[in-house]
Order: sequence, then C-alpha cells, then structure tokens
Amino acid sequence: MSESFTFYIDGVPVEAQPGMTILEAAQGAGIWIPRLCWHEDLEPFGGCRVCTVKANGRPCSACTQPAEPDSVVENDTPQLREWRRALVELLFAEGNHFCMICEKSGNCELQALAYRLGIAAPRFEHHWKPREVDASHPDVLIDRNRCILCARCVRASRDLDGKTVFGFTGRGPDRRVAVSSAARLADTDLEVTDAAMDVCPVGALVRKREGFSVPIGSRRFDDAPIGSDIEASGAAEPARQEE
Amino acid sequence: MTSQNESRVRDICREHGSVPVRLLDIARAVQSEFRGISQQSIDTIADEIRVPRVTVEACVSFYSFLSVERKGDITIRLCDDVPDRLAGYATVRDAFVEALGIPLGGTTPDGRFTLERTACIGLSDQAPAALVNEVPVPDLSSDRAREIVAALKRHGDPRQLVRKLGDGNNAHSRIQSMVHNNLQYPGEILFSPYHRGEAIRKAVAMSPAEVIRAVKTARLRGRGGAGFPTGMKWEFAREVEADRKFVICNADEGEPGTFKDRVLLTERPERVFAGMTIAAYALGASEGVLYLRGEYAYLLPFLEQRLERRRDEGLLGESIAGKQGFDFDIRIQMGAGAYVCGEETALINSLEGNRGDPRDRPPFPASKGFQASPTVVNNVETLCCVTRILEAGPATFCEFGTPQSAGTKLLSVSGDCRLPGIYEVPFGISLREVLELAGGEMAAAVQVGGPSGKLVGPADFDRRICFDDLATGGAIVVFGPERDLLSIVAAYTEFFIEEGCGHCTPCRAGMPAMLDLLARVRDGRGEPVDLDRLRELGDTIRRTSRCGLGQTAPNPILSSLEGLAPEYESRTGDAAAGLTRRFDLDAALVPAQAVPGRAPSHL
Repeated sequence: MSESFTFYIDGVPVEAQPGMTILEAAQGAGIWIPRLCWHEDLEPFGGCRVCTVKANGRPCSACTQPAEPDSVVENDTPQLREWRRALVELLFAEGNHFCMICEKSGNCELQALAYRLGIAAPRFEHHWKPREVDASHPDVLIDRNRCILCARCVRASRDLDGKTVFGFTGRGPDRRVAVSSAARLADTDLEVTDAAMDVCPVGALVRKREGFSVPIGSRRFDDAPIGSDIEASGAAEPARQEE
Repeated sequence: MTSQNESRVRDICREHGSVPVRLLDIARAVQSEFRGISQQSIDTIADEIRVPRVTVEACVSFYSFLSVERKGDITIRLCDDVPDRLAGYATVRDAFVEALGIPLGGTTPDGRFTLERTACIGLSDQAPAALVNEVPVPDLSSDRAREIVAALKRHGDPRQLVRKLGDGNNAHSRIQSMVHNNLQYPGEILFSPYHRGEAIRKAVAMSPAEVIRAVKTARLRGRGGAGFPTGMKWEFAREVEADRKFVICNADEGEPGTFKDRVLLTERPERVFAGMTIAAYALGASEGVLYLRGEYAYLLPFLEQRLERRRDEGLLGESIAGKQGFDFDIRIQMGAGAYVCGEETALINSLEGNRGDPRDRPPFPASKGFQASPTVVNNVETLCCVTRILEAGPATFCEFGTPQSAGTKLLSVSGDCRLPGIYEVPFGISLREVLELAGGEMAAAVQVGGPSGKLVGPADFDRRICFDDLATGGAIVVFGPERDLLSIVAAYTEFFIEEGCGHCTPCRAGMPAMLDLLARVRDGRGEPVDLDRLRELGDTIRRTSRCGLGQTAPNPILSSLEGLAPEYESRTGDAAAGLTRRFDLDAALVPAQAVPGRAPSHL
C-alpha cells in the first residue's frame, strides 16, 4: 500500500491514502460532508454539488476531488452551509415533493438533509411542472416528480447490475431519467431484486406493495439526523489514534 | 419504419464501422437521410453498434440538430440571438410563419418544411440570419423571407438560394456561400501573409522540447476565453507516457456573438491545420481531430479539400515535412448543435459518441482525455497563433500585446455599430478604442466575451481587452442607448438554461430560479431585496457549478447588477423607502375557486 498522508478539514488532521477523494477520507475520519448523489457502492457523479467544500480556497465537490497532502479543506462554514441550503432548496423547487404523502418520508435523504440544514420552506418559486409516472412494471414504480437526477439508479444498473436499464435524456431543465425501451419500464429487463432498486435517495424508484411497511416513527431518520451515524463513528477515531 | 429503412439504417451504421465511438456521426447521417431518428431507428442503431438502447436515446435527445420526430425535408433554423433580435428577427420570423403557414417549431402537413429557432449560428455581423438545412442565409428581411419560401416551394433546393457570393474564400468552389468575412481590421499575426509548410519545416528542424519552449517564450495563452498557457498544457501532455495521444482543435465556436473562428477557418485554415500538426510534433501525437460545430457544416467540403492537399504535399500523413517517424493525420468531426460541447471535456465526450456532458476534472484531458489518452484541446485561434510563432519567432509575436497577454486578439464585433465584423487588435486595447474602430461610440452597454463574459456600461469603456482586465473569447456585442438591457440580460440567461447539460443542480435548477427573480424585477413586481437574492443565488451557482458553463451562466445578471445597477434599481424602487411587494388576495384565489367551479368572490 502506498504511503498515507495527512490533510486538514476545518483544522482537524485527516489521514488519507493516495487516490482517496476528500469525501471518502472525511468519512473514514468520522467527518460528515453533506451529500446526496454520492453512494458508497458507486462511482462518484458530482451532480448534486451538496458536498461542495473549499480545498485550498477553491470550491469543488468533495466526492470527486482527490485529497491532497497538506491541503486545507473547509467543510462546515457559514458560507458552505448557505450554498448547500440553496442547492437543496433548489431541488425542492425544481421537483414536486410532497413529504406528507410520500412513502419515502422518514427514509428520504433529501427530506432528512433539508431538516438537518434547517430548511423550513424553499425561498425559490416552485415550478410545479408535471413529470411522468411509470407504473407499467409489475413490481416497480418510477415517480419522476420526486426524482433529483442523482444518477444512482443509472450508475447502479450499469455498474452493479450490468444492465443499463436507466439513462439520462434531454438537457438542462428537461433532463430526465429514461428507461432503456421505447416507452415503458415494463419493457426493460429490470428486476425488483436489482441493486438499482436499493439506491434511490428519494421516493422516485420504489417497490410496489411495500408502502408504509415500516411505520412512520420507526424510519431511518426519525430518531437521528442524517450524517449522525458517520459522526458517531468518528467519536472512536481519536481513541484509536492514542493507542 | 419499413424494413427497407431498417436495412438502410444498418448500412449507415456499418459505413461508420458500427462502433459506439461514431454514434454522433451515425445519428447525424440518419437524421439527414430520414429527417429524424425514429424510435425504431434508435432500436436499430443500438442493436447494430451493440450499446444499450437508452445510450442512443440519451445522445439523440442531447443535440439540437437531432430529433426523434420527423422534421421537414427543409429545416429553416432562424437564429434568435440578441444581435438578430436587434436587427429585426421578430418581423423575419413572422414573415416565415405567415409564408409557411406553420408556427415556430412546426412542420408543414406535407412534411416539406420545418421552421425552428436556434441559438447563435456565428453570423451576428450579418443578422438576422438563418440556416436552411446546411446553407447559411445572412442579412434577412421580411421580403427576403417570403422570397425564400416561394423559391423553396418552387425548387426545393436550399443551395439554389445562394445568390451573390460572399467575399474571399466564401466564393471558393467548395464553399459557394453568401456569408461575408467582414474583415474590418486584419492584424499582423493571424491575417499576415502565409506560406504553406513554412512553420512545420521550422518546427521539425527543432526538437519537440524546443517547440514547446518557443510557445512558452511567446507567452501564448488559450484564445477560447480561459487563457490557460498553451505551452504548459502541451508539456503536461508530453510528459505522460502513452501509446496514443491526441490533438483536438476546438472549432465548436458557440459563444453567442462570436464568429471569428468561422473567418479563420474560411481564410486561414492552413494555419489551423499547421498549428495542430506542430502541436502533434511537440507532444508526440499521431492523431488529430477538428471538432467543427454543426452550424459550420457548409465549410466541411472546403476543409476536407485543404486537408487532402496537405496530405498530397507531405504536410500530413507519414514522415511529415521529411521528418522520419513524424506521422500525423487529421479528421473532422461534425458537432450537432450543443453550446456546452465547446467545453473541452464535453467536447471529448461528444467526440466519443456520447452526450456532451462535461466530465469531472481531475483527471484533466492532458493526462486522460479522448479514449482515456493524453489529449490537448486548443482553440482555432490559439492554433493559428502557434503557426505564426513558429513562422516569425516568439519575439515578433510578443511585439504585440501586454506582458501578461502577448500577441493579438481576434474580436467578433456586432450589434449597434456601423462596422460589424472581425477585428484583429493587439491585447491591451481599450474597449473605447474598439468601439471607435467599429463605429459604436454611442454604446450604452457592451457585452464583452459573450454572455459568459461581462455586460459593461460606459464607466468601464476605458478598461482594456486582456486576460487581466476584460478577458474575452472574442465576442463584442454593442448596445445603443435605446435598448432594453434587462430584456437582453433575460435572453442571455434563457440561452444558458437551454444549453446547460442538466448534470448539476446549481446550473440546472438555479438558472431558472435566477430567471424567475429577473422576471419579477422586469415586470415591476420586484423588491430591492430581490436584487440581493439574485446576487446571492448567482454567487452560489458560480461557485458550486461543475463546469465552465454553469460557473459563468449567472454572469449576464451578475455583471450587469455590478456595472449597470440603475437598470435594476429603477424598477425595484428605493430600498430606503421600505417598499414591499403587493399581494392581491382576490387574484391569488381565482385558480383555487375555479376548481370547485365557484365564481370569483371578494374577501
């Protein structure tokens, strides 16, 4: 293994291996950098930009930027918190998100991030553009109203399932997740057991007939805010260093 | 689709080797032959080149010149960029709409005509302009529009629209176009006399390292707008060990108001190709690609001929200029209508047959670019400079310009001025001097560097055109005092929304929010605090976007808020007066009351 090195996140020394991104190294040190499109089993995408940090003063996405020896990274600063808040609010304004009736509520990373960043209501105008729902598949539903274009399903289907069921079409605000058939999800080879089914951070790609099988109140983010698991893992970190 | 069509689509794929990397060419060819790429054709292409179906659809849906729906045999693309709007786009559009009997975006029932709008097509100095299939038609008027429709209905051949040929090589047998160069002010570097082969012979007499040193000594910086030192870029790519390396010329000139590369490709293509060849020698590349924007397809036969002549003369191919072991050739890749492909990593994705979404950097193309090989992407003008540096030496090159910005800069001037066209000026010239040369002294504002640059007012006219002050890829659009600047700012903002790839949140979702806020101000609904919101959101987009497009997309609003603040403040009222937005409760309730069918009532 190559030589590990140290860099600094908000003044805290962090160990990293060459080739690690800032986000991975931070994760290992128990430092949570807010993120949405990143997923530990997938290639980084750099799309949501919620993990924007400043590395040696320059803004960059922590999920794609390699950590560099002795570099100085800012993560939890008022300016970065403000940028992240704006980005998450923009995602709410862009899509059609109704947490109160969404099956994903409580398990939703977008919702959890909004709570953690202290967003009460987005300051931007909602566009309320209707988006397509595809319920053709016997076991799976796509509700694009809730999609945040994070590409997790796209990447998982391509790289983990070897299928490329999903892809992006259109550009700009018209970008959407398309399926690899002329019209419907039912005509693709997606199976409910695919890895792609487990990665959606929001309620855009869901299994049918499972709605509310975990009651509200017992869901992932009901007791502890998003990111707290990573931060809790970091509490043990200094102890290990002392050995 | 008939089976005959299917077999023809398969043939088109095979003509391109049935390989995914040629997907864009395949899609262009199918579009051109069948006027659209039907769902069945998408299936056929995917099957033939062995990629997932959605990969083909992703590509087709990305480029403006490709479509699933069948377009007319003749597609008229009216340019609605700002200079065209200033020059009467609306009346020309109305004349086309009336003569064709279809709305903008429509196709005639007989499938003969489609009428569309399009972003800048590189003819801002002869606006309003349009592309009729691949034929550029400049200097439009409503009369001319009616005449064009009548003629096309008669003979159906866009090439027969060409009447008076343009100047210079525009009249060349391989171009035969009505386009004018409008070369108002040729300078000493780019438009100096040229002897084919001179620069290459001088280059191969030196070592590659010496060539790079010459480019560095000349302090050459990229002319596309970002200004990265060219010699350094080359050196990075040279130092990487690799079997294959690539030189790419970025001729995807798409910044609204820019048309300088069109004129260089028309009048000095040899300098462009020589520059690519010299770059190849310097970094040890054997393959070159010129990525030509789809709008300039009419130049393709001419450029191909020039490449062929260079091969015949030993300036391309094997043992170039007699140098054993120096083998290099160039092919031309056509784009298909996507501004973002001017961003170098997007361009590389497009070259590989993909959507033109930019890539993450690092890795930079110099280490991992086209097909994961070290790749240098240089602008057309930069490559012309390289050739001149080798011809005349770095010292001559540096006689022009400033210490930080050596040489000359080609400006594309358009809008409210008497002499629109091309100006080759030394770096360091003031904007005021440029306006005087072009007869635009009365300007109330100038867009420097296109929408991704800065919109500046008279207070900034003494600033200098150079990398450290007013940096520009070359577009100068002049606005007279009678223009509504905020409508121009809105048009440029809409341009970025339309041309963004949609990959990242700030650009995709943030720019529409900027436009909402701007609309509020323009409608007189804005409050002073909306200007702060524009500044804050614009700053967030600029700092968090993934590529250069997003990082510059808020510039029309941010730069005008800086230099032309009264335009905004006069519409939002005085902050000190504590004005607040009006809220009409009765009006707001109308839609909700309509749902159960209640008549509007007053509260």
